Amino acid sequence: MHLRRTGTNEVAERIGVADEALLVLRDGTVFRGRAFGHRGEAVGEVVFNTAMTGYQEILTDPSYKGQIVTMTYPHIGNYGTNAEDVESPRPHLEGFVVREVSRSPSNFRATAALEDYLRGHRVVGIEGIDTRALTTRLRERGAMDAMIASSPDGKSLDVERLKQSAAAAPSLVGRDLVREVTRRETSPWVEGYSNPLVADLLEPVGRGLRVVVVDYGVKANILRSLVASGFEVIVVPGESTAASVLAHDPDGVLLSNGPGDPEPLTYAIDCAKGILDREVPLFGICLGHQILSLALGAKIYKMKFGHHGANQPVRNERTGRVEITSQNHGFAANAKTLDPDEVEVTHVNLNDQTLEGLRHKRLPAFSVQFHPEASPGPHDSLYLFREFAELIQRVKR
Amino acid sequence: MPKRDDLEKILIVGSGPIVIGQACEFDYSGTQACKALREEGYEIVLVNSNPATIMTDPEIADRTYIEPIVPEAVARVIERERPDALLPTLGGQTALNVAVKLHESGVLEKFGVEMIGASAAVIHKAEDREQFKRAMTNIGLELPRAEFVRTLEDANRVRDRIALPCVIRPSFTLGGTGGAIAYNVDEFQRAVSKGLALSMIHEVSVEESIYGWKEFELEVMRDRRDNVVIVCSIENFDPMGVHTGDSITVAPAQTLTDKEYQRMRDAAMRVIREVGVETGGSNIQFAIDPRTGRMVVIEMNPRVSRSSALASKATGFPIAKIAAKLAVGYTLDELRNDITRETPACFEPTIDYAVVKIPRFAFEKFPDSDPTLTIQMKSVGEVMSIGRTFKEALQKAIRSLEAQRFGLGWDSKDRMQGDRVPALDEIRERIATPTTERLYFIRYAMKAGLSVEEIHSLSQIDPWFLSQMQEVVCAEDEIVRQGPLESVDKEQMLQAKRLGFSDVQLGRMWKSPELHVRQRRIQLGVVPAYKLVDTCGAEFEAFTPYYYSTYEPEDEVRFSHDKKRILILGSGPNRIGQGIEFDYCCVHAAYALRELGYETIMVNSNPETVSTDYDTSDRLYFEPLTREDVLNLCERLHPDGVIVQFGGQTPLNLASALEEAGVPIIGTSPENIDRAEDRRLFNDMIQKLGLLQPESGTAHRFEEAQEIANKLGYPVLVRPSFVLGGRAMEIVYDNRTLERYIGAAVEASPERPILIDKFLEDAIEVDVDAVADGERVVIGGIMEHIEKAGIHSGDSSCVLPPYTLSDRLVDDIRKVTVALAVELQVRGLMNVQFAVKNEQVYVLEVNPRASRTVPFVSKAIGVPLAKIAAKVMVGRKLAELGFTKEVEVSHVSVKTPVFPFSKFPGSDIVLGPEMRSTGEVMGIETDFGFAMAKALVAAGQALPMSGKIFVSVKDSDKRDVIFIAKKLEDLGFDLVATSGTHKVLSRNGIRVERVFKLKEGRPNVLDLLTNREISLIINTPSGRGAMTDEGSIRGMAVLQGIPCITTLAGASAAVNGIESLKRRGYDVRALQDYHSRT
Repeated sequence: MHLRRTGTNEVAERIGVADEALLVLRDGTVFRGRAFGHRGEAVGEVVFNTAMTGYQEILTDPSYKGQIVTMTYPHIGNYGTNAEDVESPRPHLEGFVVREVSRSPSNFRATAALEDYLRGHRVVGIEGIDTRALTTRLRERGAMDAMIASSPDGKSLDVERLKQSAAAAPSLVGRDLVREVTRRETSPWVEGYSNPLVADLLEPVGRGLRVVVVDYGVKANILRSLVASGFEVIVVPGESTAASVLAHDPDGVLLSNGPGDPEPLTYAIDCAKGILDREVPLFGICLGHQILSLALGAKIYKMKFGHHGANQPVRNERTGRVEITSQNHGFAANAKTLDPDEVEVTHVNLNDQTLEGLRHKRLPAFSVQFHPEASPGPHDSLYLFREFAELIQRVKR
Repeated sequence: MPKRDDLEKILIVGSGPIVIGQACEFDYSGTQACKALREEGYEIVLVNSNPATIMTDPEIADRTYIEPIVPEAVARVIERERPDALLPTLGGQTALNVAVKLHESGVLEKFGVEMIGASAAVIHKAEDREQFKRAMTNIGLELPRAEFVRTLEDANRVRDRIALPCVIRPSFTLGGTGGAIAYNVDEFQRAVSKGLALSMIHEVSVEESIYGWKEFELEVMRDRRDNVVIVCSIENFDPMGVHTGDSITVAPAQTLTDKEYQRMRDAAMRVIREVGVETGGSNIQFAIDPRTGRMVVIEMNPRVSRSSALASKATGFPIAKIAAKLAVGYTLDELRNDITRETPACFEPTIDYAVVKIPRFAFEKFPDSDPTLTIQMKSVGEVMSIGRTFKEALQKAIRSLEAQRFGLGWDSKDRMQGDRVPALDEIRERIATPTTERLYFIRYAMKAGLSVEEIHSLSQIDPWFLSQMQEVVCAEDEIVRQGPLESVDKEQMLQAKRLGFSDVQLGRMWKSPELHVRQRRIQLGVVPAYKLVDTCGAEFEAFTPYYYSTYEPEDEVRFSHDKKRILILGSGPNRIGQGIEFDYCCVHAAYALRELGYETIMVNSNPETVSTDYDTSDRLYFEPLTREDVLNLCERLHPDGVIVQFGGQTPLNLASALEEAGVPIIGTSPENIDRAEDRRLFNDMIQKLGLLQPESGTAHRFEEAQEIANKLGYPVLVRPSFVLGGRAMEIVYDNRTLERYIGAAVEASPERPILIDKFLEDAIEVDVDAVADGERVVIGGIMEHIEKAGIHSGDSSCVLPPYTLSDRLVDDIRKVTVALAVELQVRGLMNVQFAVKNEQVYVLEVNPRASRTVPFVSKAIGVPLAKIAAKVMVGRKLAELGFTKEVEVSHVSVKTPVFPFSKFPGSDIVLGPEMRSTGEVMGIETDFGFAMAKALVAAGQALPMSGKIFVSVKDSDKRDVIFIAKKLEDLGFDLVATSGTHKVLSRNGIRVERVFKLKEGRPNVLDLLTNREISLIINTPSGRGAMTDEGSIRGMAVLQGIPCITTLAGASAAVNGIESLKRRGYDVRALQDYHSRT
């Protein structure tokens, strides 16, 4: 078998220097493309996302803090951006890499082109590169630190310096990124599914129940889904202690998604333990799932390139049925390190058999690695919000 | 859940002949299903009347019945085979319909046959408009608002609820005529009044107009455990109002936000669950109001469809194969994704490229019909292309069409070049009306300065598509400025290629020949990379080698170094004259050479086919079949041999270009191919061999043509050189007609002269397929045409073995065939067409390539000719392969064509030298009459067993019709005729009722037809054209679906068939039993 590769430099495009942009990987690979969005430099771990729709939700997902995202689907920006399809008020990722940006968006809800949106939020982007080649490289060598650079003043870029910066980039491992994205103040959340496109998805089964959400970089759609399920929602900062969470007298607590490595988040792990001790119903999503896993004694590992997309098949072990899930994580809990007497594995990823969900056998706690709130992605797992309400009801009785 | 072990034998029903709306996609799906279920150990019984399919190859199913797909025949198969289950969801609407009928008539219950995949109740729920509407309301989904009314007052009340514009559709009219759209109250009143008058039951439906809305499709799969996945989303470039089969479509959907896409996905899951499709694939169509985002459901197909084939090819997810496995009880998570091997089939493919499908039409064959695209499908084929961007894929798809277009513009058909620059009025009109040309007029509009907004408001095409096109159009001027060719640099070249521009286009832009652009491009190092179709956007390693070309840095080509590589060039989009038969041959070549240990590489652009299934060959390249694209591949892959003789005219047209480029073409040499195709060289050869051919001449101008025609004596057969399917071929009886003809022929093939042959009137035509290895020539089959000379061989029925020719003549034909094969040093297949007149054998045409009849002959004689030929082409000898002499068959096989006339109202159905059939069926039986009857029934010509037969023949046929009429009388039919024929028949003592001609009074013959009092029409034309009396009769026959036979030979054969059917009823027999000794 034979695989031919041509150097990526070899076919650099003729572009004005003012528009030139480079993506330089830690391993020295250089991709030349055009700048879009904000002109400047960005550093982060490059990951690929395979979702074909939902780039605005991805851009505004706080879990991408510290990362540069490349989309495997080549046309991005087709339907522009709008004020509604956001997961937080602004983008959190470090940079955005696409094959081709659509400059003339088309959608009845579009209010701005992607280019302008990114410029407005000072997100550095690069387009025109072979994103499939980049993805293949990440698949083979693992997610990697990288630099995106574009020159704001037309000066040409120093490739060697960029290579050094990429190589010197701080690793995600061991870093606390939660502090950079979590809110500072406690506040109630009242917005539900105001968007008529999703209005009838959930039943108000949580009516009369209060949930405290610990914000490690929470996606707004988790909060909207709780409200749409009838819950009263209070959002507290990520550094909150168990005591401060419980001071709100919640019927249930939700540990949210968030960026990066859960290991350094000792305050969050302690918080989870404190809530478990008090046997207040607990629901963890994504980073929240990893925090719960750590609190239950499991080990965390960094995945080669993680799961980032909207088509991950997960089997629900209790029903035997498969849910197509939305995912975004680079770390995972090792199922083998869970105590089988204490914890039941409820969900398994069908692609690589990794742990996707667990439930404590004694305590009222469960969590999933994927995103039941979707956004972007399929709604197959929205039932988990109902199960949360049911768990709370059971505990209350 | 494991597979079901309570089933052993499963009946699969195919879709019959290729017709508009049902093409080779069902051979693809059926073949996949047969293979998938046999792999699981089930015994497969197959019924399909179409011999040109891979699925009817005797090794695909255990028991193969080439029988008409009608309830009577399928019931006989069930009675004989006693299958446990019937899988009806893989053979299109035909299979679904016959399954429902067998359910309703109790046959399935009687023999204990379970319908798997979809039950009769599910099919009803999906297809009955009222039931479907109720089901959708149950799950909170909307259909376009519509109500039936019987008075104008009611209509006005409905109009108040459904805002204008409205569509008014009369119920029960012929051919769905009389529908109208009303934008104002006046128009509305008029349309309702007219519609009520037109409707046979005085009823119209007033519908909310969703013309111009965005149209989408989702391909959905469900298993027994209620797992549901969406395989692919498709967005139509042409908005609502054009049948999705006639629309340009794009995958994945481009203009939906995730919120909108997920809403549609949720809706699709609710639909498949509510309708109750237990297992398998369904196709669900949606429309979205671009102004408000409101979504309505259009329809759902509870089966594998044309779109499923497209979705499979677009994503690499084998829908039909998986659907078959789900039908026998597997769940999605139990099945592997073949492409990644590691991951399960229970997932939703993600793609990292854009896919564009463009339909191919045949309006030139039906000049009297309206070329406007409507909700009635009219296309005969389609191409698909893959590019990293929509722009690249669009231009690739255009050149895949093989319609002398090489992209959006800058080719010989570009009206911006030269003196036919369209005026703004014409542009506006042509953008507002959907036709096959609209795509090109959008470019003209952009060139003329119309904005995307204006074009959108005229066409309703989504601005995203338009602005993408505008990027291509805007680049043109810049690219032109970069010329001349010598001054173009690498980056400029690369940018142009990345926008999908072909070398042909760039040649025109830079005023250089295509090949010079090619040389320069290669010199600059700008060559395509080949990327994988892998279902997962590169997230997992892919093992299935399915590729497309693009201009990107990284190339993913893999090939083994220890095997010789053979490239097989496919036949491109289906069109009239070049269809599934050629794909069949290409697939056989792949199978045969794989058997011999070669690495087989398929190149094709047609998503419907078996050849573009990724496991048919070792490698699949989804590419346009143009010189540029094929040479690119040859240079990248360095094949040890290229096969050009199996894909019809498409690869043959590339043969000399490939040979010049040093590509090794295997089989008969291009030089000898040319000797058969070039008229002058051909004449020399015929003379050299001392054979007969009709006298002929070649003309470049009208005067010359006239001279030749006068010398030969009328009638003459005229045609442009180098065409397939008898394009623009005509029989000309006088000078005046010749003059009228010249213009059209020149238009048909600009650079080629006109060929003029003496026309052998009343001659019998004969087709021969043979295979030769350089040492030996073996006749595959000799087929005698039923219709006399003058009707295109593709449009005639034929019989194997010959049914009227003497042994001496057949022997002469054999000898001539062998002489021609030896002379042309044929290596592989050869087809010869003969005419027999006055006991003399004339050679009409020699084609040293696979012919349309190869699959038919193979099935008739039980020998896979194409496979043998492919092996011969790589050096095997016929003796080694065990095929050394003509097979003598004791049964009779009849091939009968199928026509698309009902889709082209207004065109005359009279047969002629221009081919117009889209497909064919086979009847196989112990005697001619019965084989003929089966073929006719399979072709949809319901042969009557009693009732009235209308006979009206031209004067020269009057003598010969007497015998036929007498026989019909003896068989118990009542005969009806107009004055002329009536007179002849009654004078000969035949009981016949006289009926008025159109202008003689009422009730006339049309009244009889309208009242469905006539069950068969025998009408041989004295004149052509829809405007004549005869034309109206034939037109009405098409509308009413009354079988209409337009040649005396055809009538005689049909009567033979009726007689056989009356003598004994249906009997069926498997192909395996006919050929059990081989």
